[in-house]
Amino acid sequence: MIRWRRIALVLVVMILGSVAIAEAQPPSGIVRPTQEPSTPSVQLGAELYAGNCASCHGIAGSGISSPRPGSGNIAGQGPSLRGVGASAPDFYLRLGLMPLSKADREPQTERVQLSDTEIRSLVAYVASLGAGPPIPHPDVRVAGESVKGSGTLQEGLQLFTEHCAGCHQIVGRGGFATGARVPPLQGLTPTEIAEAVRIGPYLMPRFSKTQISDAQLNSIIKYVLSTRNPVNHGGWGIGNLGPIPEGIIVWWVAIPLVIAVCMILAKRLGS
Amino acid sequence: MSRVGRWLTALFTLLFGWLWRRREEKDEDEERIVPKGSPERRAETVVVILLAIASLFAIGFVVTYAEFGTQRLPNELLGICLGLALGFIAAAFAVVAKFLIVTEELEEEYPEEHPEEQEEVAQIIRESGSRITRKRLLLGAGAATAGALGLAAVTPAVSLGPIWDTGPLDRSPWRPGRRLVDEQDHPYTAAEIGQKTFYTAFPEGANKEDIGSPVVLVRLDPSALRLPPERAGWAPFGILAYSKICTHAGCAIALYRKPTFRPVEPGPALMCPCHYSTFDPATGASVIYGPAGRPLPQLPLMVDDAGYLRAAGNFSGRVGPSWWNVRSKPNSA
Repeated sequence: MIRWRRIALVLVVMILGSVAIAEAQPPSGIVRPTQEPSTPSVQLGAELYAGNCASCHGIAGSGISSPRPGSGNIAGQGPSLRGVGASAPDFYLRLGLMPLSKADREPQTERVQLSDTEIRSLVAYVASLGAGPPIPHPDVRVAGESVKGSGTLQEGLQLFTEHCAGCHQIVGRGGFATGARVPPLQGLTPTEIAEAVRIGPYLMPRFSKTQISDAQLNSIIKYVLSTRNPVNHGGWGIGNLGPIPEGIIVWWVAIPLVIAVCMILAKRLGS
Repeated sequence: MSRVGRWLTALFTLLFGWLWRRREEKDEDEERIVPKGSPERRAETVVVILLAIASLFAIGFVVTYAEFGTQRLPNELLGICLGLALGFIAAAFAVVAKFLIVTEELEEEYPEEHPEEQEEVAQIIRESGSRITRKRLLLGAGAATAGALGLAAVTPAVSLGPIWDTGPLDRSPWRPGRRLVDEQDHPYTAAEIGQKTFYTAFPEGANKEDIGSPVVLVRLDPSALRLPPERAGWAPFGILAYSKICTHAGCAIALYRKPTFRPVEPGPALMCPCHYSTFDPATGASVIYGPAGRPLPQLPLMVDDAGYLRAAGNFSGRVGPSWWNVRSKPNSA
C-alpha cells in the first residue's frame, strides 16, 4: 500500500514539475496589444515593433550591435532599420522570415504569424523611421508581351542565368552557398521577387537599378514565374534539379532497365 | 646500347611471329571434322556496305561539329549521326554473326567428356573466319569504320580548349591605364561601384572572351581590408578587382555572398558555383573553403581624374585553372 502511494507521489511531482518547466519557458509567438484595432495604423505598428522587434533591432529601429537582453529577456542583436523603407519589412514579414527565433540563424521561410493588418502596420511604422525605397510594383502582365517595359521571358532567362542561376540554380530550385541555404523561388509573388533583388536579403547581393533596370527586373520576374510549371521536353523533369539527379536516374534506373531488356531478349532467343 | 637492345627485340619478335605463323599454316592440313562453311559473297558485300554507311555517319558527326563551331551545335543532328553510325555497325555485326561465322548446333547442352566433340568445337572456333573470302576487304572496312567512329568520339574534346596553343593562358589583356568597362563597353566610374553587390568588368577594347579578360569587382569598407603589405594602394576607395576565372577548374566566379548584418552572419566572399571554392576578397582572395589551391589573381586598380576605374598594372598571378609550376611562372604581359 505504501509502495503505491509512493509511486503516486512521484507521478504528481513529475506532472507538477513539467507544468512548472512549461511555465518557465520564454513566451513564444507574437506579443499583441490587448485591444488590437482592425485597421492598420502606424500606432499599432509601433506597439507591435516594441513587443516583437525591438529586442534585436533596438528602440525605434536604431539597431543593436552587440548582444544585450531586450524584451522578454531575449539576448538580441540586429541591424538598424532606419532608412530601409517599406520594401524590406514587407519582404521579411510576408515571407515569415521575421521575427527570427534565434538571432544568429539564417532567416527561413516560416509560417507567417502576423495578420495582414499587423504586417501593414509594421511596414508603415518601419517606413516612417527614415526615408527608404517603397514597396515595388513590378509589371508582369502575361498578355502584355508587346507592352513596353513589361518584360520578355527570353530576356528574363538570359538575365537570370547571368545574375541569379549561380546560387538559385537555373530552374530556380535553390541550393547551397558556403555558409547559407539558398531558397527555391517558386512560392514568391512578383512583388517579393522585386523586393529581394533590390534588398539582397541575408547573404544575397543586392542589385541596383544601374545593374538591373526595372524593365529587366520585370523580365526576370516573368522567368521566375515560369519556373513554377516549367516545360519539360523530356516528359519528366526529375524535380528540375539539374544534371546530378538526371545522371543518377540514367545510371541507376535507365541503364539497368536496358540491360534487363537485353537479357530478356537474349533468353527468348536462346530457348 | 639501348638502341641495339631495341633492334634485337624487334628482330626476335619478327622471327618468332614468322615461325608461329608457319606452324599455324601447317595446322590447316589436319583432318577435317566439321565441313568447311560455304562462302557467302553477298553477305560480305552487305557487311562492307553497312560499314561504309556507318563510316559516313561517323564522318558526318565530325563534319557537323566542324561546320557549326562550338557555339550553336545542333545536338539533334549530332545525335542522329552518332546513333545511326552505331546502328549500322550493329547491323553489320548482326549480318556477320548470322551469315559469315561458322555455327554448328550441338545436341547436348553440356557435353560430358567427349574428346571428338571437344575437338569439333575447337575447330569451329578456329575456322570461324573460314567462310570469309575477302578477308582483307572486310578487315579494311572494319578498320575504316572503327577509325571514323573513334574520330567522332574524340572530336568533342576540341571544345575543351586549345590543345597545342596554351598561349592564352600566358597572355593577359590588362595594361596599366586600361579602363574597366561593363559588358556593353560602358566604362565604370569609381562612384557607381556600390557595396554589398558585385560587378563584372572587362579591359576596354580587348576581347571579352579571353581567359584573362573578365574581372569581378567588389567594394568593401576600406577599414575592413587586410591586403598583403605589398598590395597597398591596389584597392582605391576599397574597390577590389579579381580575375573572374576560378583557380581550381576555370569556372566563372558567379557568386558573391555579402552579409546583411555582419556580426551574426558569415563575412563577404566570392564563390565559384562549380565546386564551392570560396575566396575572401578582404585578404587578397585567399581560399577560405573548397578545392581551389591558390588565391584569385588580383588586378591593381587606380582612379583617374575623371573618376574612371583603370588598371594600375597586371594580375598578381597567373589567371585560370592551376597546373604544375603555376606559382613559379611569372605573368607575361
